[in-house]
Amino acid sequence: MKSSVIIFPGSNCDRDMDVALKKFGFENQMIWHNDAKIPKCDLIVLPGGFSYGDYLRCGSIAGKSKIIKSVIEFAKKGGLVLGICNGFQILTETGLLPGVLQQNKNIEFICKNVFVKINDKNNKYFKNIDKDILELHIAHNEGNYFCSKDELKMMNDNNLIAVSYCNNNGEINERSNPNGAIKNIAGIFNKEKNILGMMPHPERMIDKYLSGEDGSIFFKNLLNNLK
Amino acid sequence: MTTVNEKIAIDHGLKKEEFKKICELLNRTPNLTELGIFSAMWNEHCSYKSSRKHLKNLHTKGKRVIQGPGENAGVIDVDDEDAIVFKIESHNHPSFIEPYQGAATGVGGIMRDVFTMGARPIANLNSIHFGSPQHKKTKNLLRGVVKGIGGYGNCIGVPTIGGQTSFDESYNGNILVNAMTLGLVNKKKIFYSKAAGLGKPVIYVGSKTGRDGIHGASMASAVFDDQIEEKKPTVQVGDPFTEKLLLEACLELMADDSIISIQDMGAAGLTSSSIEMASKGKLGIELNLSKVPCRENGMTPYEIMLSESQERMLIVLENGKEDNAKKIFDKWDLDFAVIGKTTNSKKIEIYFDNEKVVDIPIDFLAENAPMYDRKWKKTKLPQKIKFKKDNFKSLKISDCLKKLLANPNICEKKWIWNQYDHTVMGDTIQKPGGDAGVVRIHGTEKAVAASVDSSAVYCFAHPLTGGKQIVCESWRNIISVGAEPIAITNCLNFGNPEKDKNMGEFVECVQGISEASKYLNFPVVSGNVSFYNETKDKGIKPTPSIGGVGLLKNYKNMITMELKNEGSIILVIGKTEGHLDQSIFARNILNEKKGPPPEINLFNEKNNGTTLMKLIDKKLILSCHDVSLGGILTTISKMCIKGKKGVKLNKLKTLIGKYEYFFSEDQGRFVIEVSKTNFKDVENVLKESSVHFDELGVVLKDNFIFLSDDKISIDELAKHNKNWLMEYMVQ
Repeated sequence: MKSSVIIFPGSNCDRDMDVALKKFGFENQMIWHNDAKIPKCDLIVLPGGFSYGDYLRCGSIAGKSKIIKSVIEFAKKGGLVLGICNGFQILTETGLLPGVLQQNKNIEFICKNVFVKINDKNNKYFKNIDKDILELHIAHNEGNYFCSKDELKMMNDNNLIAVSYCNNNGEINERSNPNGAIKNIAGIFNKEKNILGMMPHPERMIDKYLSGEDGSIFFKNLLNNLK
Repeated sequence: MTTVNEKIAIDHGLKKEEFKKICELLNRTPNLTELGIFSAMWNEHCSYKSSRKHLKNLHTKGKRVIQGPGENAGVIDVDDEDAIVFKIESHNHPSFIEPYQGAATGVGGIMRDVFTMGARPIANLNSIHFGSPQHKKTKNLLRGVVKGIGGYGNCIGVPTIGGQTSFDESYNGNILVNAMTLGLVNKKKIFYSKAAGLGKPVIYVGSKTGRDGIHGASMASAVFDDQIEEKKPTVQVGDPFTEKLLLEACLELMADDSIISIQDMGAAGLTSSSIEMASKGKLGIELNLSKVPCRENGMTPYEIMLSESQERMLIVLENGKEDNAKKIFDKWDLDFAVIGKTTNSKKIEIYFDNEKVVDIPIDFLAENAPMYDRKWKKTKLPQKIKFKKDNFKSLKISDCLKKLLANPNICEKKWIWNQYDHTVMGDTIQKPGGDAGVVRIHGTEKAVAASVDSSAVYCFAHPLTGGKQIVCESWRNIISVGAEPIAITNCLNFGNPEKDKNMGEFVECVQGISEASKYLNFPVVSGNVSFYNETKDKGIKPTPSIGGVGLLKNYKNMITMELKNEGSIILVIGKTEGHLDQSIFARNILNEKKGPPPEINLFNEKNNGTTLMKLIDKKLILSCHDVSLGGILTTISKMCIKGKKGVKLNKLKTLIGKYEYFFSEDQGRFVIEVSKTNFKDVENVLKESSVHFDELGVVLKDNFIFLSDDKISIDELAKHNKNWLMEYMVQ
């Protein structure tokens, strides 16, 4: 399976994502933001970081960048697009995903392990995954997801809330919400579920010496689903 | 242009005699730009005029040292093709004025020092010191500094893997912010600042030059208000995004052999970077300031030369490599300008609008810079305090322990490090909160451990002992995670060197550092000095920060501090003498602030440490934590809290009292956890090496520490340890 990781100026999880994808068997290539075309692939990843410095709203300039047109085109044809952290922010800025990521409720950067509950397995990302709760890692300043009531209803009706922050027993409550996100939303799909945006970083959880190994489960499963 | 006179020179922070010397050297009065250049090069920060004489005595050699002090950063060999570049630097004054930007640009500056040498930064650490928690400024300063450090490091994508935070009223008017960076470089591709070759193009890259930071550290004078329309803040403003681009662009350019020398524009900006390159290469340099990319119109040569705008570099290229280099910087949207060339004049000659505005022999600025042999006073070893049984009569061990664990200088600092991205780059295998942070060398079995330490209280009581103690503490922290200590970097934060007491503290701390690092073969490879940490005549306690670095040949052998298994045996390595003077227990519970710091016995220190390394090497140890602030019981509590386990402590078999035994801060000690099966082997190794050890007790599943006459709940201890800072920050 072929994957492409887009590098924007200011991306800083591009290498980590490259390492993770290759570790689990993807044939990955790195694509510079100024390239207009993305070579044929099965998955595009928008990595974490601070694209263009994020001095405007996070992800807003990347959302207007040259390469993003190709990403949108790819996504509209049903191609798989995964946005992690800043990548999720970029996806909301392009309009591919609804809502917005605001500053964390405690107005602090948060770097720690969290648990997320997988709400829907009827998609390429989580199908066949044998766990319901994953322990992943977050590292962000703007992860406080927000959307309108209508959007929330639409997402609920269509099972588009991919993952929600929870505790280790899978309970979704205020205490397990690290950043103030509405309904503990940690990640969402578009209607067709080919696009996934999420704040937690699976690429930081890929061996037992790191924060944990649930990221490995995510990538292995994704690769199997694509085969 | 203003005619320079003695008053203007003094406003620039120069002394009367120094100005006289400048006029003599030049055989004329300098113009304003030249005066600015002299003041920048001759100030304490660039010239080390008060410290140079003593820094020469530091121990700087070792078989793994590739580059010692004198470059942008130190470099050590970590086997194979790999070398680690590292340094610590202060950004104290700016951080007190503007905590966010001060701290942020401190982190930016130290990372540039490291990638200037061709290394990709792989870890950041910091040592930050604030006034009393009750002081009205402390909370905001702490919040701002932490946000600034995070704001910069997180954006660049370099993990912050450790650090130290302390509170002491001596920092009420002068906080300390010391930032440390480690970078990884191929041994054969290290870049230095020494220029070579004639007629080589001098290139300016990075951000544009603005009017920020012009006054630097030294001057804020009314005289210049007429010329500088607006008084811009003297604190520089950081732009981590540009730094990230600069990092990538520089590393891309460094992949081939276009660069002869490279230097970041840090303190005193274009002035010190150009002069240092020329001085090291014994060359001259010619600059045309009309070509420098400026942020504002109408900037004068004086302003351009003294600006401390961030995220800029100066490069000497091979002839003919300009076009290729420019392409790389264009790709990263960074300014690139050829602004001069190397010459054989041994002078710095600067042109602006086709006019020569500066003409100074380089030697006058570098080698002829003043060096002082300042008066200094020895600190006498204070009398030992005689603690009597009465002192402890109304105390209870469990209450004391709770108090100690919640002490601002001992409590858990999660509130701080949760705001630092400590996992980006995917190689952090020991996060903040342990004895040392550990990152893997990407794609290898190796890892590097790093820790930052300081003990101002000990240094203040007796600088010589204090200086030794920090080096030992750093050494122990590196060993505790299973690494072999290799080298250190030091950031020497002191008061006013013109006062003999403060100068004495500096001289004796440096002497202590030197003695210990020599004995332990733990050389100093880089560092900086920050004097004048003084407000309204009140100086800080002497606070040298030591950043230690060590190597793990196989990261899978890393040790952590949390207790692992029920039934294991807990030992303390090293002798407990019961030295309470200057301990947190004595100072905060008995309210006794006098007395000498714990004595350093370098022989025992080395023997205990190397023997522990042997045990770790033989895989006989399950967990380890060095004994420092708060003594043995505090150490064990932290191991219990982290491991979510309890311990049953044996009845003490010692002549000293239990308070002395549990809370004294004798040096050279570690608490280790050993499985029952390995106990005999461990005992043999320790006995063979004549290392003193006490068998303390056994690990339990129950969440309690059982003393012979009391039991203490670990949950409750954890609450005290974890809550203080969180609660303090939200109050």
